[in-house]
Amino acid sequence: MTAATDAVAPPKARGGIAQSVSDSLVVAKRNLIRMTRIPEMVIFGLIQPIMFVVLFSYVFGGSMNIGGSTSPGVYREFLMAGIFAQTVTFATAGAGAGIADDMHKGLIDRFRSLPMARGAVLTGRTLADLVQTALTVVVLAIVALLVGWRIHEGVPKALGAFALLLLLGYAFSWIGALIGLSVRTPEAATSGGLIWLFPVTFISNAFVDSSQMTPWLRHIAEWNPFSATVQACRVLFGNPGVSPSDAWPMQHPVWASIIWSVLIIAVFRTLAVRKYRSATA
Amino acid sequence: MPGAIYAEGLVKTFGHVRALDGVDLDVPEGTVLGLLGPNGAGKTTAVRVLTTLLQPDSGKAFVAGIDVLKHPDEVRRSIGLSGQFAAVDEYLTGRENLQMVGRLYQMNAKRAKARAGELLDRFNLADAADRPAKTYSGGMRRRLDLAAALVVSPPVMFMDEPTTGLDPRNRQALWEVIQELVAGGTTLLLTTQYLEEADHLAHDICVVDHGKVIARGTSDQLKAQTGGERVEVVVHEPEMIPPARDVLARYGLAGIGHGEVSVEDHTRKLTVPVAGGAKLLAEVIRDLDTVGVEIDDIGLRRPTLDDVFISLTGHAAELADEENGGPGADARRKSRKEAAK
Repeated sequence: MTAATDAVAPPKARGGIAQSVSDSLVVAKRNLIRMTRIPEMVIFGLIQPIMFVVLFSYVFGGSMNIGGSTSPGVYREFLMAGIFAQTVTFATAGAGAGIADDMHKGLIDRFRSLPMARGAVLTGRTLADLVQTALTVVVLAIVALLVGWRIHEGVPKALGAFALLLLLGYAFSWIGALIGLSVRTPEAATSGGLIWLFPVTFISNAFVDSSQMTPWLRHIAEWNPFSATVQACRVLFGNPGVSPSDAWPMQHPVWASIIWSVLIIAVFRTLAVRKYRSATA
Repeated sequence: MPGAIYAEGLVKTFGHVRALDGVDLDVPEGTVLGLLGPNGAGKTTAVRVLTTLLQPDSGKAFVAGIDVLKHPDEVRRSIGLSGQFAAVDEYLTGRENLQMVGRLYQMNAKRAKARAGELLDRFNLADAADRPAKTYSGGMRRRLDLAAALVVSPPVMFMDEPTTGLDPRNRQALWEVIQELVAGGTTLLLTTQYLEEADHLAHDICVVDHGKVIARGTSDQLKAQTGGERVEVVVHEPEMIPPARDVLARYGLAGIGHGEVSVEDHTRKLTVPVAGGAKLLAEVIRDLDTVGVEIDDIGLRRPTLDDVFISLTGHAAELADEENGGPGADARRKSRKEAAK
């Protein structure tokens, strides 16, 4: 090949939102292709929530008192909103581990040396995780229907609940992105990305009725951003066990869920993008 | 007018370590600068600063005439980066990798696809184009990495230890690609631990150690700085060392400090710096024969960059891993420095 035909000048940067969107989609596509090449990761991502449904509903099912009922069927319906919400928050660990791996392998350096939009590497990653999360939620919903979970308030409201879940998952994946950029190894990102999720998802109304907790724990549970989404899902699905608490997020769970998620995105996206710009492997 | 790569007084500290301690660089357009130094010398830090990946604590840097600190985005449009830390995605195919990079250089999908095809052909990867990069050999991966850096034919290229870990055949092949690039007018900054590589590829060489440029010049200039040629003799019997030493001392260049004959007893090797070339070598052989010294080997040795390196830094390049290697490292380095004198 001669030098003349080889001269390829870089096109003008388009700049602005159009470039951000396009770059983010290019990176998202890359991450989605990766998922198809590592199917075992997607499969493990599916098995875990299914296992939780089965374990919780059959192990805890008979001993839980939900709104005065100890029927396992009632608990199963109560449980599903919690499992859905817990499942979407696990996107955090995926985003964190993926980004830490990219740092480790030098891909972040490659991206950072390219004339691309600043937040695009992280946005692309979180969008790809959102696709995977959505897939997981669909599979989980099918399993839930099989074990007796039902929606009682119509499809539009149920779709609204799923939208809130995905928004929560998307918000949490920005926390994961920040963790991934802050740790030294992908392994640390995986465990660091998961460990804090246990208190967040358990000190909540996800698996037990939070109104039965001791007062100080109950306050934390009711103001936990995670609980707002769980409560909103119970309301929108028409599932039992909606907390009668006076706390504002429990009274206005849909709004609380949206506000919390948007707030998390605003804070953690800013922090993560700043961290990305100074990232060193 | 400053060169295609220009840096002045770059300083970067990590905690107590001064990774860059006032580095100045000036690479004229279309030339290759070899940044030569052991691990931890600051080569990679310098490349990271010049490629916008790292903010220096102080100093100025311009690449392709653009201020790296003020307009990093414009600099990124004019550079290609390849080497030990700029990777490819191993789960994507070669083609997908190159297309992605093209898109991120803001090419449209069609152009990125065409360009990926061209590069795959050029780098002899067409057969493996649709296999995940994970399945590539080390040499193929390096070629893909280099192709990714060349997606837009950037006027300025940075290669950080491009041949580290490659076998000799692949190294040779990569050298040819690099030479082609430079012949096409690309300005290149290359870091390497291999003296041979700098000797082979670079117009100018900067020797870096502890974050400082400790010497610069062409390969020949650096070699001349270390001293000229030397005669090396290996005698047949240990008893022949003293008479051989007497003969060589007559030819030794006086006054250069290393003017005297140095002797390695266990290898029976004697070395002396000389001036006079091949003609002198013939005389030395004759004289040794006259005094009855039997020789196994004799040669006129020109200084290698290894010699340059040892005399400049007091330690050989390949021993550089000891840089951060515990309390003994300093003492060892010191003794080596003395030995080199």
